[in-house]
Amino acid sequence: MALLQISEPGETPAPHARKRAVGIDLGTTNSLVATVRHGLAVVLPDGEGRPLVPSIVRYGEEGVTTGYAAMARQSVDPHNTIVSVKRLMGRGLADLDDDRRFPYRFVDAPGMVRIATRAGVKSPVEISADLLRALRERAEVSLGGAVDGAVVTVPAYFDDAQRQATKDAARLAGLPILRLINEPTAAAIAYGLDNASEGVYAVYDLGGGTFDISVLRLSKGVFEVLATNGDAALGGDDFDHRVFCWIIEAGRLPPLSPADARLLLVKSRAAKEHLSEHDEAPIVATLSDGTRIDLTITRDIFTQISANLVAKTLAPVKRALRDARLAPAAVKGVVLVGGATRMPQVRRAVAELFGQPPLTNLDPDEVVALGAAIQANKLVGNREGNDDWLLLDVIPLSLGIETMGGIVEKIIPRNSTIPVARAQEFTTFKEGQSAMSIHVVQGERERVSDCRSLGRFELRGIPAMAAGAARIRVAFEVDADGLLEVSAREVTSGVAAQITVKPSYGLSDGEIARMLQESFAHASADMQARALAEAQVEADRVVDAVRTALAADGDLVDAAERADINEALAAVARLREGSDAAALRSATEALNRGTEPFAARRMDRGVARALTGRRVDALSD
Amino acid sequence: MIDFSRNHFALFGLPPRYRIDDAALDAAYRALQAEVHPDRFAGGTDAQRRIALQASARANEAYGALKGPVSRAQYLLSLHGVDAADEKDTALDFDFLERQLERREQAEEAQDASDVRTLESLHAAALAEARELEDALARELDREGADFAAAKPRVRELAFLVKLADDLDAMIAVLD
Ligand SMILES: Nc1ncnc2c1ncn2[C@@H]1O[C@H](COP(=O)(O)OP(=O)(O)O)[C@@H](O)[C@H]1O
Ligand SMILES: [Mg+2]
Repeated sequence: MALLQISEPGETPAPHARKRAVGIDLGTTNSLVATVRHGLAVVLPDGEGRPLVPSIVRYGEEGVTTGYAAMARQSVDPHNTIVSVKRLMGRGLADLDDDRRFPYRFVDAPGMVRIATRAGVKSPVEISADLLRALRERAEVSLGGAVDGAVVTVPAYFDDAQRQATKDAARLAGLPILRLINEPTAAAIAYGLDNASEGVYAVYDLGGGTFDISVLRLSKGVFEVLATNGDAALGGDDFDHRVFCWIIEAGRLPPLSPADARLLLVKSRAAKEHLSEHDEAPIVATLSDGTRIDLTITRDIFTQISANLVAKTLAPVKRALRDARLAPAAVKGVVLVGGATRMPQVRRAVAELFGQPPLTNLDPDEVVALGAAIQANKLVGNREGNDDWLLLDVIPLSLGIETMGGIVEKIIPRNSTIPVARAQEFTTFKEGQSAMSIHVVQGERERVSDCRSLGRFELRGIPAMAAGAARIRVAFEVDADGLLEVSAREVTSGVAAQITVKPSYGLSDGEIARMLQESFAHASADMQARALAEAQVEADRVVDAVRTALAADGDLVDAAERADINEALAAVARLREGSDAAALRSATEALNRGTEPFAARRMDRGVARALTGRRVDALSD
Repeated sequence: MIDFSRNHFALFGLPPRYRIDDAALDAAYRALQAEVHPDRFAGGTDAQRRIALQASARANEAYGALKGPVSRAQYLLSLHGVDAADEKDTALDFDFLERQLERREQAEEAQDASDVRTLESLHAAALAEARELEDALARELDREGADFAAAKPRVRELAFLVKLADDLDAMIAVLD
């Protein structure tokens, strides 16, 4: 099979043509895009051979720039050069423990904070989408066409709001997103498949702005996450800040302008990185008022002023091990991920806790993107010799709802394997109560005020009943992306309500649709062309899936059903050649609906096959 | 439609007994997820994806229920119409309760004194007793003509001990 089959515009790709799949590590500091080529995961570099893209977006006079180009201007134009935007994803202004550390003009908005830039007020989702767009374009150039499917990584400890924001950013960037996966899990896939590992492994991921620890069992091709923990606001940035504070103190500096502060932060980071290889680092700078700074920081001082940051990572490690019911000695290897794990004091602390030196034979910068690419390649359906493996991940934080007195009733505990569905019944507490407010929260604490609020919705129209007589069943469902959907129903009357939890921190679907439209040329011809192209991609995907299913399990449909399916397929094929996007969409939807019973029977056959043990053998090969 | 009514044991092709073959359960669970997990249908039709989500969540639920000694006992009893999670109608044995209260008191004292060694020995004792109860339950439930309703107090005692062990573990973690 040819490796890259590029179809002509308008031509239906052959059903099993190789698809263009990418994995994207959307980091706080650096982002990467990778793909699988000739069975090998590789990072796609820029024209100058650089694999990393600094996660920086600049809204300049001349338009949007990203990466190194934006980085070059950060000290000159701090208000319009956005770094570490990942720390703002899914967060309100009140959530930022120290917003003065960011030199931006924040705009408080319901849900997520916004930033006033030269190009207007931007949400963190839009800024992240600008980064993702740059990565998508890099991939398109490198792979020779539109991306068919993408996997984007998120810190394992990201909550629902942060995950939803990331997925929204991918959609906004025009990426067909197949799955969100956790960064340490992606690293484990890349590491585990590379080394054919078996046993319990820990992945310690300290990046620029987030810390994750995941404990996994690798056995016979199954990657089973046992527990995960972390801190969604702890990373290399904080070490920079310690050096920054040390400079201010040692140099006895007065309060600084945003440009000077950014300059010194850049110097702090350079000094920190220098200290990973050297015993001391020079810090030389000239501030805007001409003040000269010429200091030297030693490794000992740096180790001292950052000691409690290192210690702060160890508590989550212990919690994760405890949740996995494992002693540190049961861990066979510790994989280090993230640039900040290059600091010797971090490596020492990890080695001490686990009683063994960590594994460093993979590039800590690239391993997450490589794992994401391997997963994307598999999800998109490219067959590659070694793809008989399975990933079972967990949710990092418990999910629940508010009950009387501001107490959280947990419905799904942390570290539950996803996907997971759980329901619980509640009742009314007032005579004749006709509505019930359902407040969905995430976190480990008992009080609602100590957890993150994910959203509120109301179940209305409950028939009048005595207090305690109504039976309200609240159902939580977390999908394979780790995203939550909640529904509620009064059992005796059947009154129902449903939400995807995103109102309070995410963007509404309407907002996304509007932004998507705005991001394309305003001409309506373009919009129509885009709508048609999207309908065609979706139609091809569904037709392909149905054909594959028929080829594998065609005996499960009788002649009459087969005729109906063929008719539905023919209808899609006919409209696929035309230009009516709406008609094509509804024909695709009809095909979807018409094959539902068949899909269910196939799943039953899968269950039966699992019971006969055929795949057990396959997996243990 | 998918047969969601198949019981947890049948779903994994295991005999409906309390004593379970952990390795067989793990292997059956993995084999099942390998068939139904949403990752196998990422590029599929909406129907395929929705059904995969449901089937995979169902497999996780069943696995979770059978994996734990308490939830497995409760589930087995529920298959025989006995609601072991219902706390209203079973009185716990007085001696048992007294012994646990004593342990709780000792644990709190040890916690106040930051005495990890005592907490650890209490933890080990609770686990050992739980293990014994599991053996007793297996004898009681896995024999011909077992009386499931009569096993209810034992199941509650086991739940009690497992909870105690968890709490002790948490106390130790805080002091560590
Ligand atoms: N040699 C080094 N020594 C210490 N820290 C480093 C080194 N190289 C990179 N870092 C730090 O690693 C962090 C970025 O790590 P990365 O994994 O790229 O982050 P993210 O995943 O958040 O994008 C930054 O704080 C950077 O300063
Ligand atoms: Mg990272």
